[in-house]
Formats: sequence, structure tokens, C-alpha cells
Amino acid sequence: MLAYTIRRILLVIPTLLAVAVLVFFVLRVVPGDIVEIKLAAEGGIISAEEIQKEKERLGLDDPIMVQFYKYMIGLPRGDLGISLWTENNVSEEIMSRIGLSFELAILSTILAVLIAFPLGTISALYRGSILDYVIRIITIGGIAVPSFWFGMLLIMLILATFGNLPPLGTISIFDDPKTNLYQMIWPALSVGYRYSSVVARMLRSSILEVLSEDYIRTARAKGVFERIVIVKHGMRNALLPTVTVIGLEFAFLLGGLVVTESVFNLNGIGKLFVDSVVRNDLNLLQGLVLTVATGFVLVNLIIDLLYAALDPRIRYQK
Amino acid sequence: MSELPLLDVRNLQVEFKLKNGTVRAVDNVSFQVNRGEFLSIVGESGCGKSVTALSIMKLLPKRVAEIKADYVKFDGQDITNLSENEMRKIRGRRMSMIFQEPMTSLNPVLTIGDQLTEPLITHLEMSEEEANNRAIELLNMVGIPEPEKRLTQYPHQFSGGMRQRVMIAIGLACEPDLIIADEPTTALDVTIQAQILELLKDICNRLGVAIIMITHNLGVVAAYADKVNVMYAARIVEKGGASDIFGKPSHPYTIGLLRSVPRMDKKRGGRLATIEGLPPNLMAPPSGCRFKPRCPMAADTCDSSPELKERAKGKNHFTACFYSDDANKKGASIYVSDKDKFKPIKVKKDKPVLSVRGLKQHFGVSFRSGWLSSVSGTVKAVDDISFDVYPGETVGLVGESGCGKTSVGRAILHLNLPTGGELKFNEKELNQKSVALVRQDMQVIFQDPFSSLNPRMTIGQILEEPLKVHKIETDEVARAERVSELLTKVGLYPYMRDRYPHELSGGQRQRVGIARALCMEPKIIICDEPVSALDVSVQAQIINLLEDLQRELGIAYLFIAHDLAVVKHISHKVIVMYLGKVMEIGDSDTIYGEPKHPYTKALLDAAPIPDPKKERGREKIILKGELPSPLNPPKGCVFSSRCNFVTEDCRKVSPELVDFDNNHLAACINIEGGK
Ligand SMILES: Nc1ncnc2c1ncn2[C@@H]1O[C@H](COP(=O)(O)OP(=O)(O)O)[C@@H](O)[C@H]1O
Ligand code: SF4
Ligand code: SF4
Ligand SMILES: [Mg+2]
Repeated sequence: MLAYTIRRILLVIPTLLAVAVLVFFVLRVVPGDIVEIKLAAEGGIISAEEIQKEKERLGLDDPIMVQFYKYMIGLPRGDLGISLWTENNVSEEIMSRIGLSFELAILSTILAVLIAFPLGTISALYRGSILDYVIRIITIGGIAVPSFWFGMLLIMLILATFGNLPPLGTISIFDDPKTNLYQMIWPALSVGYRYSSVVARMLRSSILEVLSEDYIRTARAKGVFERIVIVKHGMRNALLPTVTVIGLEFAFLLGGLVVTESVFNLNGIGKLFVDSVVRNDLNLLQGLVLTVATGFVLVNLIIDLLYAALDPRIRYQK
Repeated sequence: MSELPLLDVRNLQVEFKLKNGTVRAVDNVSFQVNRGEFLSIVGESGCGKSVTALSIMKLLPKRVAEIKADYVKFDGQDITNLSENEMRKIRGRRMSMIFQEPMTSLNPVLTIGDQLTEPLITHLEMSEEEANNRAIELLNMVGIPEPEKRLTQYPHQFSGGMRQRVMIAIGLACEPDLIIADEPTTALDVTIQAQILELLKDICNRLGVAIIMITHNLGVVAAYADKVNVMYAARIVEKGGASDIFGKPSHPYTIGLLRSVPRMDKKRGGRLATIEGLPPNLMAPPSGCRFKPRCPMAADTCDSSPELKERAKGKNHFTACFYSDDANKKGASIYVSDKDKFKPIKVKKDKPVLSVRGLKQHFGVSFRSGWLSSVSGTVKAVDDISFDVYPGETVGLVGESGCGKTSVGRAILHLNLPTGGELKFNEKELNQKSVALVRQDMQVIFQDPFSSLNPRMTIGQILEEPLKVHKIETDEVARAERVSELLTKVGLYPYMRDRYPHELSGGQRQRVGIARALCMEPKIIICDEPVSALDVSVQAQIINLLEDLQRELGIAYLFIAHDLAVVKHISHKVIVMYLGKVMEIGDSDTIYGEPKHPYTKALLDAAPIPDPKKERGREKIILKGELPSPLNPPKGCVFSSRCNFVTEDCRKVSPELVDFDNNHLAACINIEGGK
């Protein structure tokens, strides 16, 4: 297991490097020019000279390999350059937003797991019963209904019950956890419904699949208690595909949720993404993509390690 | 015996309630097993053998299965109405079960130790330490070396044979009174099968454990069973002592089964007797005698159901047939045998259609050993093999799985590029380029007809495709006609052209596979385990079909199989392979009649003969151990690590093939009389 872990962690470094290089070049293939957009926004007639001067000032004039060099040596220090639009430090800009997206992702994961595990398990064990049907209808709903729409329903519900809306996403969890959680629980619920539905359905089908495996029959033939058959022999195998789904959904949330964020008026990473794309702010965009990609890679690492912990066949792989 | 039987089943009936109907999988089945007795249940797949076993253990899914019985008495206690928890206390403690699939029957994420100690801790309330010590004892008992270390390992680190040993250890852990084994060796090689069965029998004899062995291998039954139940379409059609069932079979079905297995102990010749058709669909079984549609003796009386009746008072031999006396008297002759009409084909040996010289197929492999280092090596899957195949001849290729049989076939077809040697087809050299020219002349049939047929194409489309692609038949009408002709030729009906592969039975799919090979009018067909997945009666039909086609069209076959009796029956010449090398090669009758090589002898000893008298009377050498890793084969003679006749010299040189007599060659330095 140790050997596998080390090997797997070492693999992260080249992966991230490749991502960094890819992001840099792919973004530069896309046409568009921030300077023109920016100056145009300020109004007036823009001369070619002005554009040229601005470009020089922002370092957009350097040969591409020079830009690349600056970008690459900045990376190890966490320096992602400055935003071409606001001229703020990109790392700081992202850090100030990612906390919120991260918190939302974690909260909704916790919610989703808390809801999905009992639902999925019950639904599988009582397959074909009324309970199963009810759960399946609920989870179908979660997949069919867009999160933001469910979020709007939630807001209306809160309005109807409390008469006012809690201020959203403005207080850090480190300053005042109670208020923060009270604010965040609603968007987390709105995302978590879909999330838990996906996980519950996955869990249900993998439990059903596992319970029809030969080794479950073997366990029963041994006279093992039924609950041990299910928990020890069944669950661990059924968890494998479920873990993947949870990880992917989590990584997806890290990338920000444009619509849900705007419904709840949250200052998450989704909005930043949209801004950077609209303004063609290459530095910010590449910082964002890199951050999210790193999130994906790390989540994948965790999934793989969990897999190895659950499944010896992977641990012993040659 | 006046003693109470250990298991007494009376009128057991199991129904599955499915969406589209009810299947009665077991219909009024009654039988008894005494302490320490060995009962075999035989019959074709789908006839209710496994369901019978699972319903005794009460392991069927309750949602769909409904079990009824007058009673099922286990050690005097009726277990039909026991609660789930009371039944759980019996399972694994007083009766256990071993399943067919060793590869999937153990939980992949739990250690062997964990799975083996589970029943000990659950039933005998042992402490972890006691259970561990007992587990080590058990692994020792089933012949697994280094048990302490093995306990901490996971199933994927065990071979199939080893896993089945573990399953036996689990089954015997609490010293039960009854063990039910459902096709425990079907997935294993004959050599490993022999090891496992001997082990099971020895231990059970020693501990006085009764066995119910479900199998379709009549040789296994002949070798071990005290009593036999023959099942057909959910019912027992004949039951009795093994000597009666084999010596005086009285139900036409039993007679047919016995007659349709190829025999290793008889000289080659003629067609196999086959039971035509297929077992009925249990959702709508025929009324009256269920065997009637396939029975050569069927008469009007048979429209009502024959009862299972004792043939003579006190003989304990029961048959469900109105004409059992007649059947018993006439025996095999009730099946029209065209044996005499079809003498084995004589092969003219002037120009070989395929000539193989010094064929080599080496694979470079590399795998990680530490956590950054990797080791590379060479697997000599085929190492210097030579033989000829003449038109109209069948050459059999046998050996344990992993010995390189498939690789030989693939190298000839250039599916893998051979790494050495010379191949000639009709005296023209075969290489990467020229193979394209003769693709049509060399066809293949695979083991699993299902996975080799495109599930989204109809049978008609599957058969037309090669005709179209190779522009053999460009006219649409002519093509359709050709397809009908092909279907008829392989014993199917032209109307089946519109069916999809999943709408056919395994035997019918294999016929389609054969038809597809035939549509190119090949000179040679490489058959890789073509009948291994089929039931005996269907297997016999397919073998007969292959032989008929050979007689009619003069096709040559390279017939790869692990069933020695089948290979003997169909082959003119047999090649015995071990770890990529030829151990012995010669005429079928010679190889089976006077085997020279220790490996050939061991293989023949391992395959049981479906005749209790012969099988129990013969002396056998049971081969020890398993095929060594092909990455690291033994020095000198590759067989030396398992050979019973090994001497010092064997480890020094790799023995050459030596001619003994009339093209009978063997590669062993310790046989007298070589030239
Ligand atoms: N592509 C391959 N790469 C490496 N080894 C292989 C490959 N194909 C077959 N082998 C090895 O060659 C040996 C013979 O295999 P095979 O011909 O499939 O045996 P059989 O047909 O008797 O079951 C085995 O040890 C197998 O693992
Ligand atoms: S009862 Fe009739 S149909 Fe059935 S096996 Fe006997 S002879 Fe054949
Ligand atoms: S050469 Fe030696 S080891 Fe090989 S088969 Fe002959 S006796 Fe056995
Ligand atoms: Mg093979």
C-alpha cells in the first residue's frame, strides 16, 4: 500500500506540469484581445499607439516563449501573475473566492452522503417495495430538476417561512461559524439534492449488483449473519463505484456553479470564471483553469488511494 | 441400512415467479442421502440440478422462488419451515456448499484468512486466535503450502485450483455432515480436477461427510458416486446405485447421455449417438413424458406422465418410463446408430494443406517488481513446434490451459506475428503478406459462440457479410440462397436467418459459428475449444456435424481442446503440448493406447472414464502441482518439476522428440525403445 501510495503521489507532479503547459498554450490559441476590449470599455477613440503602449505595459508584447518562461517560473511560488483587467494579483483573487466554492462543495458532499447512503441502501435492500419506489421518484427528481431552480424554490420557501432572506455568503466560517453555516446551508441543499440523488442511485445499483455476486452467495452458504453479509461482504465492494461518483461530483463543484451562485448571490469561483472569459483575461483564466484542474487531479488522487484501500487487487497491482 | 437417512427429500417443488410466467424448475423430486454417502446429480444444463441444491440450502432469492415440499428432513428434522435464523445456524455448520466458479466465489476484497475463519467464529464461537490456528490446519489439510502466509493474502493471488481448495476448506471448516458441490471442477483442467476430487473424496471419507455432487461429467460420476440421480426437465427420470445406472440404464435419456459422450477407452470409429433436439423450455414443458419429443421409443402411451417406479422390489433402482424394461434390454441400440455407415475417414498423406516447422511464438513481457523497478522476461508460449495437417485430416492439440494451444492457432492465422519458424499453406510460404491471400481458406471457430457473433446482426446478416466482403456472391438472391443452404448444412432452419444470436441456444450459436466458417469454403478450420461450453448431448451433435462436413467437403481441422476424450474421438493425429513444447505426437489410437510420455500418461490418468468398473479398477498417477510460470520454466525438460519419473539428467538437457515407431514421437530421455 505504501509503495502504491508513493508511486501514485509521485505521478501527480508530471500530471500537473503537463496541465500547466497545456493550459498556457491552448488559451493562447483562442483569438481575442483584452486590450481592445478594455480600452473600448473606457470609451473614446483608441489609437493603435495606445493599444501598443498598453500591451507593452502588460507584457503582452513579449515573444510567447518569454511569456511562457515567466509563467512557468512563477508557478512553483504560487505566482500566477496579475489580472489583465483589474491588475490584481491572480492568486489572491482566486484565493478570495475559492474558499467559498470549497466550503459549498464540502457542505454539499456531507449533505449528499448523509442523505444518499441511507436512501441508496434502503432502496436496494427493499427493492420493489413502496419505499423503493418513493425513493426512486425522489432521486429521479433530483436528477431531472436543475439545481438552481430547486435553489429558487428553496428561497421562496425561506421567504414564506421566515419572511426574510438570510444575508448570503458574506461571513467567513472562521469568524462566525453559526451564521455562516446558516447562510451556506441553503445553497448546499440546493446543490446537494441533485448530488445525493446521483450518489443514491449509483449506490442502489451497485449494491444490487454486488448482492447478486457469487461471493455473496458463498457468504450466505457459510451461515454468516445477514447483516454481516451486507455490511462486510456487500458494502465494501459496492462502495467502489460510489466513491468515484462522489469524487467527480466534488471536483465538479470546485469548478464553481455559475447559475446557483447567482441565484444565491454568492461570490464564488463560477462568477470569476464568467468574468474572465467575457473579458478575455488570459492570466486570470489560466489561473482559474489551473486551480480547478489541480483540484481535479487531487480529487482523483484521493479517489485512487481510497480505491486501493478498499480493493486489494489494486494495491497489489504490478 | 435401517439407520435414518441424513437427508430425506420428499416431493420437492421449486417455482420461479417471473414477469412473463412461472418456471417450475424442480418438479416433485424425492431422494435420500445416507451418512457418508456420495450422491451425484447429473443432467444437461437447465434441468434443475443447481436449484435442487440451492433449495435444500434455502439459498434461493425469496423474492422470486417458491419452495414447496412434503418434507425435507435433515438428520431427522424437517427443515422446510425453519426460520431464516435457524436455517443460518445449519448452513456452513452442518451442511455446506461449494460452487462452480472458483474465480468469483470468494470475496475479492477480504483476505483468505478472514473468509476462512468466518464460519469458525460464527458457528463455533472460536476466538480469533483459535480460528486462525484452525484455518492453518485446514489449509494444510487441503494441500496449500505455507498456510500462515497464505492466510493474509487475497483471492486474486491464488490460482483457480487453489481457490477451489480454499472453498473446500471453508466448506469443511466446521466439520459438517453434508457437503453439496455444484460442478466444483467444471472450470478447471483435468489434472487439477483430479487433484481436487481426490482431495474432496479423501477428506470426506475420513470425516464421514456425505457428498452431493452436481456434475455433467459422467466420468466424474463413474469414478466417485455411490448413487446417481438423473434429472431431465426438472424431474428425476432415473435414480439408483452407480453400478445400476451405468450397467443397466433403463431410461432412454440416461442411455442417450451415456452414449453421447466420446470414450477414451474405446477405439476410434463412427459417429456418436446423439439425442436430437434440445431440452424443453420449462415455462411451457410438454405434457406427459417430458422426454417424448426427443425419445426414440416414444409411443402414444407417453402422452401421460410416467411415474418414477422401482424396477424391482428392494433394488433401489427407479425409472420414470413406460417402456423401461424394453429400454433396458435394447440399451444403446434404441438410438439409430449409423456407426457402420460412417467408418472413420482415411486420410491421403501426399501433400499437406498446412505445414508447420519450428514454429515459435515468444512474447516479451515486463512487469513491475519493486516500486520503481521492473523486470522483463520472455514467455515462450510456443517454442519450436512442427507438424503437418493433410486434407481431410483432424489434428488434435491437447494440454492444460496456458500451455500454448491457442497461441499455436493464433500464430498460424497470423493474428500474432510468429517470432520464428516456417509455415506453409498448400506448399506456399505463409508470411505477413501472403496470409491475406489465403485468409478465406483458413477459418476459425471459437469456444464461445456468443461473444464471437455480433449481437446486433441477424444470423442472415452475419452469414452474408463475408460473402459480400470477399465478393464471393455479389448477387443478392444468390446470396440469400447460399445462406439458406449453409444453415441447412449445419442443421439449422433457413427461417432462423432473421433471428439474433441471443435468440439461439448455445449449440445453435456454435452451428452458426461453423456456418460462418464454412461460407468461405475453407481448406482448413482452426477450432479452438469449439465444444467446451456445450452440454454432452449438444456436444455430440456438433462433433458429428464437424465430422460429417469433413467427410463431405474434405476440410482439415486443427482441433484445440482440453477434453481428452473429445480429442481422441475426432482426431486422426494428436499433439500433446506442455509449456509451449510438444511432449508427444502420434496417431490418436496410438497415443491413447500406448502413451509413452509421462505427461501424456498423467493426462490420461486424470481424465475419468464414464464406466465405474473400469474407472475404479485402474491405477492412476495423479499429477502433483500446477503448470509452472511460463516466465520461469524448469531447466532441462520443462516437465521435470512435476514428473514422477524425473532423474538427475532430466534437469540437464531439454529432451529431443524421438521417433518410437511409425511417426509416434515423444520427448523424454527416460523411455526405452526410441530410435
Ligand atoms: N499477448 C500475450 N502476451 C504475453 N503472454 C501471452 C500472450 N498471449 C498468451 N500468452 C501466454 O502464453 C501462454 C500460452 O497461452 P495460450 O496459448 O492462451 O494457452 P492455452 O490456449 O493452452 O490456454 C500463457 O502463459 C499465456 O499467458
Ligand atoms: S415414457 Fe415414453 S417418451 Fe418417455 S422416455 Fe419412456 S418411452 Fe420415451
Ligand atoms: S525427460 Fe525426465 S522429467 Fe522429462 S518427462 Fe522424461 S522422465 Fe520426466
Ligand atoms: Mg486456450
